[in-house]
Amino acid sequence: MILDYETLKLVWWVLVGALLIGFAVTDGMDMGVGNLLPFVGRTDAERRVVINTVGPHWDGNQVWLITAGGAIFAAWPAVYAAAFSGFYMAMLLVLFALFFRPVGFDYRSKIGDARWRRAWDWGLFAGGAVPSLIFGVAFGNLIQGVPFHLDSLLRPHYEGSLFTALLPLLNPFALLAGVISFAMLTMHGAIWLQMRTLDPIAGRAQAAVRIMGAVAIAGFALAGVWVALGIDGYRIVSQPALDALPNPLAKEVVVAPGALLDVYSRQPLALLAPAAGFAGTVLAMLLSRAGRPGRAFVASALSITGIVGTAGLSMFPFIMPSSTHPGSSLTVWDAASSHLTLTVMFWAVVIFLPMVLAYTVWCYARMWGKVTVEEIAANSSTAY
Amino acid sequence: MIDDAFVELSRWQFAATAMYHFLFVPLTLGLSWMLFMMEAIYVMSGKVIYRDMTRFWGKLFGINFALGVTTGLTMEFQFGTNWAYYSHYVGDVFGAPLAIEGLMAFFLESTFIGLFFLGWDKLSKRQHLAVTFFTALGSNLSALWILVANGWMQNPIGAEFSAETMRMEMQSFAEVLLNPVAQVKFVHTVAAGYVTAAMFVMGISAWYMLRGRDLAFAGRSFSVATGFGIAAVLSVIVLGDESGYELGDVQKTKLAAIEAEYHTVPAPAAFTLFGLPNDETMQTDYAVRIPYALGLIATRSTTEPVTGITDLVQKHAARIRSGMVAYENLEKLRAGDRSNAVRAAFDAHKVDLGYGLLLKRYTEDVANATDAMIERAARDTIPPVAPLFFSFRIMVALGFAMLFLIGAAFWFNMRRTILQQRWLLRALVFAIPLPWIACELGWFVAEFGRQPWAIGEVLPTFLATSTLTTADLIFSLTGFIGFYTFLLVIEMYLMVHFARKGPASLGTGRYHGERGRGAADLDDDERPRSGHAGPLPTPAE
Repeated sequence: MILDYETLKLVWWVLVGALLIGFAVTDGMDMGVGNLLPFVGRTDAERRVVINTVGPHWDGNQVWLITAGGAIFAAWPAVYAAAFSGFYMAMLLVLFALFFRPVGFDYRSKIGDARWRRAWDWGLFAGGAVPSLIFGVAFGNLIQGVPFHLDSLLRPHYEGSLFTALLPLLNPFALLAGVISFAMLTMHGAIWLQMRTLDPIAGRAQAAVRIMGAVAIAGFALAGVWVALGIDGYRIVSQPALDALPNPLAKEVVVAPGALLDVYSRQPLALLAPAAGFAGTVLAMLLSRAGRPGRAFVASALSITGIVGTAGLSMFPFIMPSSTHPGSSLTVWDAASSHLTLTVMFWAVVIFLPMVLAYTVWCYARMWGKVTVEEIAANSSTAY
Repeated sequence: MIDDAFVELSRWQFAATAMYHFLFVPLTLGLSWMLFMMEAIYVMSGKVIYRDMTRFWGKLFGINFALGVTTGLTMEFQFGTNWAYYSHYVGDVFGAPLAIEGLMAFFLESTFIGLFFLGWDKLSKRQHLAVTFFTALGSNLSALWILVANGWMQNPIGAEFSAETMRMEMQSFAEVLLNPVAQVKFVHTVAAGYVTAAMFVMGISAWYMLRGRDLAFAGRSFSVATGFGIAAVLSVIVLGDESGYELGDVQKTKLAAIEAEYHTVPAPAAFTLFGLPNDETMQTDYAVRIPYALGLIATRSTTEPVTGITDLVQKHAARIRSGMVAYENLEKLRAGDRSNAVRAAFDAHKVDLGYGLLLKRYTEDVANATDAMIERAARDTIPPVAPLFFSFRIMVALGFAMLFLIGAAFWFNMRRTILQQRWLLRALVFAIPLPWIACELGWFVAEFGRQPWAIGEVLPTFLATSTLTTADLIFSLTGFIGFYTFLLVIEMYLMVHFARKGPASLGTGRYHGERGRGAADLDDDERPRSGHAGPLPTPAE
């Protein structure tokens, strides 16, 4: 084993973060496209253009989500257990919304009936909008801490039967996080459409970039102020050695105002994340306006990386703090798998992720070019 | 205490969502390779009809694949949502194959599948063929990793319980990967998928043949499917996974239940062809037995006995008592008593900890369970016999029926008299559902036969759940069944719609029911066509 346990625990925090960012940049893009579908496409032909810009890629993109889920299971089993069951209704809602996508993409254009197609358009909208909102809401709740505790056998329990319900998740800060996530991904999808379609669709997408970019920036700034002034974080008072066998109940944690900003004073380089969030969004908007959607797309990917990174860094080393029993909180150090599993999984990522990136790039490159109404009409029985 | 109704609902939800998922998986596993074969012939021979075959069967593949993805999403998250303690307890081992499945297989399959459907004009012939190949490879590798994970639930080797982290931890990745149960299951499962795809293509092609339409197209598809199918069905039967049932205690118990082997009989055991298992009298009434057969199949020998249920229960009772000692000392360890005596006692008994946990269904105070509780828990280690006994036999019977059908089709196709065998063609149309029934029964046997364990001998199913409420489960179970059924109806509608329309749905102008070049759009569904197809399956005489 080349890497020691402590380092690997940290590496896995970076890797899970990278997978989540990969998910947001790739699948977030086609979810953003789904969010815009009913609005930037006015006719059936236009909507088919919009769908076919992501048609060949959305499925591969979605695997980022699947793999992130699998990686959390393998690297942080305690988080996978507590978070997925704790956010039960939210998870169900996301799943049910995602169900519309595979069938929506594949089935929509197989039948000519206008009502059939309109119904799937809204299905694809839901398949984009619900997850892009709920994932933000989930992050918003994680930042504030969620009400759970672990019993002596490390079984997670939730305080109040309503936690697993959806409603209590929708507190104001979490909703703001949901709006940021929605705006960020929709902007990303809009830039994609600007890049891959012609007017009038591209023009409408460009307008959406302006609106969504403004919402994302305002929301992100507001969240920053809110965190600085009004949201308590968590601080570890004492804990076993960082390379100890993981035991989430062996540490002492207190609720502390301002703790969410600790990382930035300890490690000023961390400020690069929020800076990237702001700068990326502004750049994306400017480049989109200047008619350079390709570069805008890179800037918007940077913005997503910055915003997701900011959330992760602010919580570090917490992954899932408990608001009711802070001692039960799950952290990078005590929610991890065994040294062997982290090592095996590390090598699996090192070997396979570059391959994934390589063939993904190849696939995008082969399908590159503007999708047009004429092209769809010429391939009506094969195109989505 | 354990809420039995809640556990039942959790099990029903997992069973229902997994069974739905597996309605779509087998066709993907097999048809992806057949598409590759058809396209390879096209690339090598340049005959356009093989390109049309790839595209048409690919269309049906896509309709099926969409629901495979939809229902598969649930599977990835459901361990966390509904089996939280399971996830914590074995995530260190079980999570790895799932994550690697995503990285190595699912990415491959899903990234290329979009180009399979939409890249025909943007890729060279060879590039597209490569895309088809990687899609097929990805879906089959996916099955490999899922079955490594599932094989570990059946036969959890390469891992050990850690009292410090209160979970199973991986000791050897190679052992987990090379688990013999997983290997046997993988071969059996993918081969079953290949049979499913062969029966599907044969059945639909037979229907075209019976109606005398698109004969060149149907005949070539039929030939590919029979060749593929005969190899597959032989593998399924010859490499049936009963050979894996001797490995590990859980598999032994499953075997005894499948065979209704209530009492150990001297080797070599007879195979009970049919009978009525009776759990009360512990006898199989009206049994028809084939001497030697079970011993040969299960132990590959004539000298090894197959352990019967009564002996297994006794053995398990002893392991439960040992597990009580393990649990008692685990509690001391968790409470901070790290003395050598406690540690040694725990280590001596920890292999039976899972058996001790079986008592949690009856008492929180596992260390002081009564004899009556131990007896009940020992009885619990045997799953209900009759459902397993019958499901297994129906599955095997269906396997042989398909062997006969595919064999006959292969034979008459070789002799070029298949079009005259209308009885066979008709039988093939009606036989389309058979492989699905056999696949579902196979999974039922594998998973129901694993009960009462979530992880064999390690974690009882009733302990593995999340701490949700019964109301949560009623809501989600209803939601899943409702949503899935709704989607299934749509899927079946599209499948029948395009199967009936046939290769004409490609809009090339070359096929039955098209009015020549120009009838390319799908939207012309409503326009009158010559030779309108009747309802499926009513072959024209």
